[in-house]
Amino acid sequence: MKSTEETTPILAAEGLSLGFDGRTVVHSLDLAFERGTVTTVIGPNGCGKSTLLRGLGRLLRPEAGRVTLDGAQIAAMPPRAVACRLSVLPQTPQAPAGLTVGELVARGRHPRQRWYQQFTGGDERAVSDALAATDISDLAGVPLEDLSGGQRQRAWISMTLAQETELLLLDEPTTYLDLAHQVEVLELVQRLNRELGRTVVMVLHDISLAARYSDRIVAMRDGRIVASGTPGEVITPRLLWDVFGLKAQVIAEPTDGRPHVVPIGGCRVVRAVS
Amino acid sequence: MSVTEREAPKRPAPPRLPRAKRAPRPTDPARPAGAGGARVVRVGPVSALVRPRLVAISAAAVVLLVVAVVGHLMLAGRALSAAEVLGALAQDPSVPARTQLMVLEFRLPRTLAGAVAGACLAVSGAITQTVARNPLATPEILGVTSGASVGAVAVLVLAEAGAGGASGAAAAVGMPAAAMTGALVFGIGVFLLASRRRQAALDSTRLVLVGLGATGLATSLVTWLLTLGDVSNAGQALTWMMGSLNGRDWEAALPALAACAPLLATAAFSGRWLTLSSFDDDTSRGLGLPLGRSRPLLLLLAVLLAAVGTVLAGPLAFVALVCPLAARMVGGTIVPPLAVTALVGASFTVASDLVAGFALPHALPVGVLTTVVGAPVLIALVLRSQRSQWRNA
Repeated sequence: MKSTEETTPILAAEGLSLGFDGRTVVHSLDLAFERGTVTTVIGPNGCGKSTLLRGLGRLLRPEAGRVTLDGAQIAAMPPRAVACRLSVLPQTPQAPAGLTVGELVARGRHPRQRWYQQFTGGDERAVSDALAATDISDLAGVPLEDLSGGQRQRAWISMTLAQETELLLLDEPTTYLDLAHQVEVLELVQRLNRELGRTVVMVLHDISLAARYSDRIVAMRDGRIVASGTPGEVITPRLLWDVFGLKAQVIAEPTDGRPHVVPIGGCRVVRAVS
Repeated sequence: MSVTEREAPKRPAPPRLPRAKRAPRPTDPARPAGAGGARVVRVGPVSALVRPRLVAISAAAVVLLVVAVVGHLMLAGRALSAAEVLGALAQDPSVPARTQLMVLEFRLPRTLAGAVAGACLAVSGAITQTVARNPLATPEILGVTSGASVGAVAVLVLAEAGAGGASGAAAAVGMPAAAMTGALVFGIGVFLLASRRRQAALDSTRLVLVGLGATGLATSLVTWLLTLGDVSNAGQALTWMMGSLNGRDWEAALPALAACAPLLATAAFSGRWLTLSSFDDDTSRGLGLPLGRSRPLLLLLAVLLAAVGTVLAGPLAFVALVCPLAARMVGGTIVPPLAVTALVGASFTVASDLVAGFALPHALPVGVLTTVVGAPVLIALVLRSQRSQWRNA
């Protein structure tokens, strides 16, 4: 997972400012993501994590600065060309009523389809692989609204997988999931990264899980980067206090020594280490 | 494989096997997961999704339209036999010239005008409903048809047409152009007012509310215009505003027929954009939809279609609301299938005109009947939309 500094980052933000409804949320931010890494953005609610992710995935046009994909400015690329290289899972995606899981996942093939190529053999294989990877193959014919929250979340993740992009931007892919399913999703992310060399940028709320499954952590507050580096460098009691206002101890987690957050004093009960 | 998958489980959701008797799902290689019950047909580099149900429904809709059109030609006035109508259409010399004249010159323009107006309005409604992700967002609610009324009535009343009614240049060019302009001004105005700065999502509730406001404004303008002209012009305008096909001749029908052909052809190619438009903005953008272009272009297409339909038949109420919904329901698709929508709209309008204009003891404008059918649908829709149509996923 080590990356060299001299190669062009696969995705980079330069002086990026983002906002909507006349309010600037992310302030001239510089950030680079190395090829083949898993990076997690953490930070308190409303710090601009999701906005950053939307900006990186060109869902939001920058107020200033730019986003580059392999050195090329993303805003100047055709939307479909971008969608073939970069997939985004938005925070609260919405689908039309009555859509089945299989149809949703098949939408992920849209960037590669043409009007005379509505469902090629490659599309079919990508869709069934994506369904299998998220363990929802048997739900393919079920309408989305009949699923539990966790199944639905996996269906949406499955759609981004069917896009078969080298870069995945996932905004809170573990929301609505119980701990076992959270771990399952993160292990899927890890597998995509290690076996297929995918680069992943995601937003997570659980700092310990972020530490466990990421190569790099970016901590944000008020639309600015407070710290960025390996989990061990970033996740310290001092930073948790600075960024989240959280009093916590950081212990080495027993399985692989990654940092694990144990909140203390006036905080909610910590989840036990399995 | 007799029934499409989508009809399968309604709630409560069976968590695993959606249908016990067809448990091992990927048994049918012609219908892979992701095709949504459609059959995949591949020839060389070309691959297509074919939905047998949709094909059957399209065929049925074509039959329905043919029956409605022939029925209209037979019964719009002195009853003719089907053989007489078909003979006249084929310009069979054995059919009396009088019958030919009746069918080809008097009845056919009206029938075609109805069919085309219905198709245009229905497709326009299908597009606006899908782009706004709200079944209530139809051209008449978004102020487009009432905008067209302002333009058309302005010409009818102000063009000094006299007691003979608008005629000549004013009728053939002036009124359609004015209606088109009115529809565009109101449609674009509503869209701009409803969109917020800086790409924030298009809020469909906001769009509908702004549209209702614009409709109110347009209605007042029309009322004011009516007070300006002389009585016979005002009467003519009022009839037109009810949505009437009465007295449509080739002179009125031909320009609109010519205008609708490229518009409907363009709509036929917008299907892929439409399907993606039915997702939220971030998802559709993430999948490569150029929303900044696709949304204005689709809405512009819808406004133009609505304008053509309105020029032909007046602001025909509820066709744009009911027909796309009906097509989507019977077709079992996510977005209204445009071809079926157009056929349903055409048949509905022609059949309504036949009933309203000729089956009742007193002839009524066709718009009265479409309202009688459409209003209950609107009410049912409002009641149903309380359990939200667009759920979070």
